[in-house]
Amino acid sequence: MSGFTFSEKQEEEIAGILAKYPFKKSAMLPLLTLVQRAEQVISPEAMVAIGQKLDCSPAYVQSVLSFYAMYHTEKVGKYMILFCINISCQLNGCDKLLEYAADKLDIKVGETTPDEKFTLHREECLADCTNAPMMRVNDTFYGNLTEHRIDQILDSLD
Amino acid sequence: MKVYEEQGGYQSLKKAFDQEPDEIVAAVKASGLRGRGGAGFPTGLKWSFLAKDVFPRYLCCNADESEPGTCKDRELLLKNPHLLLEGMILCSYACRIETGYIYMRGEFHDLSFIMDKAIEEAHAKGYLGKNIMGTGFDLEIYTHLGAGAYICGEESALLNSLEGGRGEPRMKPPFPAVEGLYAKPTVINNVETLCVVPYVVNEGAEKYAALGTEKSKGTKLVSVSGHVKRPGNYEVVMGTSTREIIYDLAGGIRDDNELKAFIPGGSSVPMLPASQVDVGYDYESLAAAGTMLGSGALIVIDNKANIVETTLRLISFYMHESCGKCTPCREGTRWLHQIVERILQHKGQLEHINKIEDICDNMSFKTFCPLADACVAPVMSSIKHFRSEYEEFFKNTPVGSV
Repeated sequence: MSGFTFSEKQEEEIAGILAKYPFKKSAMLPLLTLVQRAEQVISPEAMVAIGQKLDCSPAYVQSVLSFYAMYHTEKVGKYMILFCINISCQLNGCDKLLEYAADKLDIKVGETTPDEKFTLHREECLADCTNAPMMRVNDTFYGNLTEHRIDQILDSLD
Repeated sequence: MKVYEEQGGYQSLKKAFDQEPDEIVAAVKASGLRGRGGAGFPTGLKWSFLAKDVFPRYLCCNADESEPGTCKDRELLLKNPHLLLEGMILCSYACRIETGYIYMRGEFHDLSFIMDKAIEEAHAKGYLGKNIMGTGFDLEIYTHLGAGAYICGEESALLNSLEGGRGEPRMKPPFPAVEGLYAKPTVINNVETLCVVPYVVNEGAEKYAALGTEKSKGTKLVSVSGHVKRPGNYEVVMGTSTREIIYDLAGGIRDDNELKAFIPGGSSVPMLPASQVDVGYDYESLAAAGTMLGSGALIVIDNKANIVETTLRLISFYMHESCGKCTPCREGTRWLHQIVERILQHKGQLEHINKIEDICDNMSFKTFCPLADACVAPVMSSIKHFRSEYEEFFKNTPVGSV
C-alpha cells in the first residue's frame, strides 16, 4: 500500500504528461519534478507511487532520481539559493559574494537556515554567464550580483 | 506570435512545403551549416544519415545548454521561441518526423512555460498538429525538462534521460541517426542550429553560404563573458577576428587590464594565450591554433587572474558532472582535482606536472563520451601556455610537506 496519493489535479496533469510519450517511462523526470514542486522533497512513499504509475520498481525510481542534482530527498528551505561558482562567475568574483551570502544567512554553504527559509548551495554553470556573477533563487535568475544586491534580494523574500 | 508573423515568421513553411523533403536536406547541406552545439558536425549530412525507411523517427532539440560560458540558447528560447519551432517544423518535414521533443535543462523551468505557450499558439495557427497547412504532414512538439545534469547535453545521454533513465552516455555506434530515441532513427540538433534553418529555406542556401569562410559558413552566436566591459551574446560572421569580438563588440578588457588568456568555445576547449588573439573565429582557424570553436562561448581572462586557480575551478566542474560510468573519467577527474589543489596549496612538486600529463593521456579518447576529453582540454592547455604559473607554486614549498 502506498502512503502517497496524487491529488485529482495532479492525476489530470499526469495524464497530460503521459500522453506526450509513446512509452510511460519517459514521464519519469516530469513526474519526479511534479512531486518535488508540490512536496519540496521526494519521499520513499512518493517513489513507490511514481513507480506504480510508470510500471517500474521504486528502486529504479530512486536510482534515476539519485543521478540528478535537482531532486531532493531531504528537506530544503523555502528558498533554494543556487550560487553559480563556475568560470565566468569565478572570474567576476563570485567566491567572495558566496561567502558574504553565507555569512549573512549565518550558515555554511550546503546548509539550511534554522527557520527553514533559505538553503544555500554552490551550483555549476546556469547559462547566464553574460550576467555573471549570478545566482538562482527557486526559479528566478539574479545576475550582476554585488553585496548590496544580495542584501536587497534576500531581504525582499518573505 | 503576432509580432513574429509580422516580421515574416513561418513564411518559410510555405516555401518548404512546395518542395520535396529531400530538397530541404540538400539545401541545408549546401548552406554548409554545421552543428552549433559544440561538435560542429555538418547538419545536412546528419539529417541524411537517418536509417532509410525506418519509422517513426524523432527529433530532439538539445536545449540542455550547460557548457560553462554558454548562454546563447537561453536567450533564443527566451526571446524567440517561434524561430526554434519554425526550424523544428522544417527539420521534421525534411526528415519526415512526426514527433519532436525539446529537451531543456531543469533550471529552465520558467522558459518551458514560454515554449509551451509558443507551441500552443503554433497549434492554434495550424503550424503544428494534424495535416499542417493542408499538406498531410503531421507534427507534434513537446517540451521535456531535465533535472540538473551537465552530461545530458551529450546526445546519447540526453536520449537515456528522455527515456526516463539515468543520463549516462551510450556506446556509439549505433549512432542516434540509426538507433536513437526508443531505438528509432533520431535527429538531435542544438537550438541555435535549428534556428538557422528558417533563414536557409527563406533566403536560399547560397545566401547563407556566402557568409563566413570557405569551410565555416554563416554566422555564429558568441557568448562573451569574463573580464570584458560589455559581456553579452553577439552574432558574428564566421572568420571575424577574436580581437574584434573582444575589443570592439565586448568593449575590451575590464578596468583596462591586459588580456592574459581566452577560452574560445566554452570550458571544454583548450585555452589560448593573449598572443593569439588575432585568430579568426571560425572552425578551421581555431583548430589550426590548437583549440575549437565549441559552443561559441568566449571566456576572457585578464592578467589579474591566476590560471592554476581558474583551471582548478574547471576540473572541479568536470569532477562534479562526470556521470561515473567510465572509469578513466570518474577517477581521472578526481585525481586531477586532488593534484592541482595540492599545487595551489604550495604542496606540489615539479614531477606532479608529469603526473598530470600522464593522467590526461589516460583519459583522452578512452571514454564513451567526450566529458573526459573536455576536462583534459583546459588542464593540458594551461600547462602548455602557462607552465610558469604552475612553477610559481613549486617555489617555497616547505620541506617535508609533499
